[in-house]
Amino acid sequence: MTSIGTGYDLSASTYSPDGRIFQVEYANKAVDNSGTVIGLRVKDGVVLAVEKLVHSKLLVPGANRRIQAIDRHIGLASSGLLADGRHISNRARDEAANYRDNYRELAPLKLSDRLSLYVQAYTLYSSVRPFGCSTILGGVDKNGPSIYVIEPSGVFYGYHGAAVGKGRQLAKTELEKLKLSELTLREAVFEAARIIHLVHDDAKEKEFELELSWIGDETNGRHVPVPKDLFEEADRKAKEALENFE
Amino acid sequence: MFRNTYDSDNTVFSPQGRLHQVEYALEAVKQGSAAVGLRSKTHAILLALKRSSGELASYQQKMFRIDDHVGIAIAGLTSDARVLSNFMRQQAMASKMVFNRPVPVNRLVSTIADKAQVNTQEYGRRPYGVGFLVVGLDHTGPHLYEFSPSGTSFEYFAVSIGARSQSAKTYLEKHFESFADCSLEDLIRHGLHALRETLQQDKELTTNNTSIGILGPGSVHEPASTAVDFRILEGTPIEVYLQTMQPKEVPPPASTSATASSSTQPPAGGDDDVQMSEQ
Amino acid sequence: MDHFPTNWGRPKYDSFDTHATYPIHNRGHAQSAASNGAVQHTHFSHSKSALRQPIVTGTSVLAIKYKDGIMMAADNLASYGSLARFKGVQRLHPVGDYTVVGASGDMSDFQYLQHILDGLVISEEANLQDGHTLGPAEIHEYLSQVMYQRRTKMDPLWNSLLVGGVKDGKRFLAFVDLLGVTYSASTLATGYGAYIAQPLLRKAVEGREDTLTEHEARTILEDALRVLFYRDARSINQYQIATITANGADISGSLKLETAWGFAEGIRGYGAQTQ
Repeated sequence: MTSIGTGYDLSASTYSPDGRIFQVEYANKAVDNSGTVIGLRVKDGVVLAVEKLVHSKLLVPGANRRIQAIDRHIGLASSGLLADGRHISNRARDEAANYRDNYRELAPLKLSDRLSLYVQAYTLYSSVRPFGCSTILGGVDKNGPSIYVIEPSGVFYGYHGAAVGKGRQLAKTELEKLKLSELTLREAVFEAARIIHLVHDDAKEKEFELELSWIGDETNGRHVPVPKDLFEEADRKAKEALENFE
Repeated sequence: MFRNTYDSDNTVFSPQGRLHQVEYALEAVKQGSAAVGLRSKTHAILLALKRSSGELASYQQKMFRIDDHVGIAIAGLTSDARVLSNFMRQQAMASKMVFNRPVPVNRLVSTIADKAQVNTQEYGRRPYGVGFLVVGLDHTGPHLYEFSPSGTSFEYFAVSIGARSQSAKTYLEKHFESFADCSLEDLIRHGLHALRETLQQDKELTTNNTSIGILGPGSVHEPASTAVDFRILEGTPIEVYLQTMQPKEVPPPASTSATASSSTQPPAGGDDDVQMSEQ
Repeated sequence: MDHFPTNWGRPKYDSFDTHATYPIHNRGHAQSAASNGAVQHTHFSHSKSALRQPIVTGTSVLAIKYKDGIMMAADNLASYGSLARFKGVQRLHPVGDYTVVGASGDMSDFQYLQHILDGLVISEEANLQDGHTLGPAEIHEYLSQVMYQRRTKMDPLWNSLLVGGVKDGKRFLAFVDLLGVTYSASTLATGYGAYIAQPLLRKAVEGREDTLTEHEARTILEDALRVLFYRDARSINQYQIATITANGADISGSLKLETAWGFAEGIRGYGAQTQ
């Protein structure tokens, strides 16, 4: 790699001669090595799904959740350094609470705007490092369902379907095949489970645990984990689809 | 002298997206003597191996009480542990003050994890050089967590940290499925067996170098009045538990006493020998 | 607190100190008089204090324990002094799944508290979803801390609050006011109700907490509300009842009190003039 040894890649506050900030690119590497996280925005809601890589069988299944709630109506999942993801979700909760205190109404998903400014600030100084995680925020506000992705550089974009982490390329290909604006929330749950199972590389990877959350009319506008029976059905169908696929 | 260009500073990612300073902090945890944690449906326990720097020195404390319902075992820098455990005590007291409620254990662990994360991202600090095993008992039952300097926390059925903890993990992975229904005595025996795996060749577990932390109803070897609160056993009181250990070569029999003592409270006034004779 | 709603919302009469506090609150001129520019606190009354008075107020809240849980009642009036200003105000507020908070005193302070409590439930329950929920005992402890801290800053939230609920099979009913004073009993009443309704509630409820049916409890509260409506000039004959049981909290719609004013005919100066 041309960056190594040049001295231009040791600080977020240093540009390389060709105008790149290598520390931000390295931070993206931390994301690229982590479990896949996807988000689907469909006509009546949002589904988030995480490929939670399990590093030990001694871990309690179902504990150690990776999808966080930011308010009643917003969910957040991040791929990359776990602790950084928690830092961002704590900040997002503060932002949502501040919005509520100031305006006495639910924070819009545009909250990710302010959150991205926060992330961007960590790319400016040598005294901090950028966040080593990409974050998907999904939720339903008064403008309907939406998804945003915030990257380590501080950029954020809205998506119909988003994927970050190790399997993002394959996941994006699968997401593009779907007619996301026509799917129901329930159908999206099945697709999300299927995609996570599909992108997981059995040969190379450790065990993984699927984690699903959803929000929409069916959940009364609350961001909650997908209920057990639906989860199991989606998980089972995803495994079946995978066998047929191969 | 540094191993490479990217490892002298918290605020630098390596080209692979790794944080070397954090990884070195995890090494500091591995330098500490081992600690083991296990939980059943009724109990969560800690076991730790204490070190002393010489014949004339006392053994370094490995376990701390945070609150009645929370205890920790540490591996790594003891001074960092004392800072963090003080913080945990403050959190526990704050919960009592504000809500008159014992602090939920998962939240307590998350709080110190979030605190530790900051030390991995800012210049002029270093990551904490200590790992915790945290046992807690709240209304969702007994719990066991691992906290690490990288700013993460995980809940486990059983886990170990510190020097040669991988050997203990191997033992735990082999047996953890039986832990849920274990009696306290069996759980401790499993814990001792796991801890023994971390010993150097010529060493063994003694009343001097072993600490046992218990959360949950008292064992048959404790006074009948023992509450469920966290307690640390050291010295002669752990002799009875060391006695129950079996020689390393023989694989321990399937937990026969699990059904015999399925009730959470061991029979009052039970004779010490009764428990052991079943093994 | 000043339990006389007649005193609530009165314009403050500064030259007469109702509660015999000394020195009488008075500020504004001394600080600017300091010639060297330094702020001089020569007098206790020059210290910063936000002590106010309630403006728009709600009157009594009543609550009792009964067989299945807690029942709480409050009318729908918010008064502006002696003016019946808002007649459709809900003074019972659910917090989480197990608790209802009822408020008398300043309604804007109560609205602030509702906001604080809603935020608390989001940060403590909705965000974490870890099975640790706040019950009435925790809500009450939290409220008492808030109320006490505010009064310590000489900036109290001018309310008397009842906190009732059921969690883990346990009934909970307690009081907290603007001073941070707390107490608990099987019947509680705030404001004017503490004088008029509380004896009636005690007589009807004490010793029967575990046998009173929902219907009986409702009747007891309605009877007490009726007496209050007859006696309390800051009350109204529309009210709501909250029932909190193991199945959760339910707050009724606005109900109407049945009253009979026939006796008033005989009162001199009220009915037909008799002299």
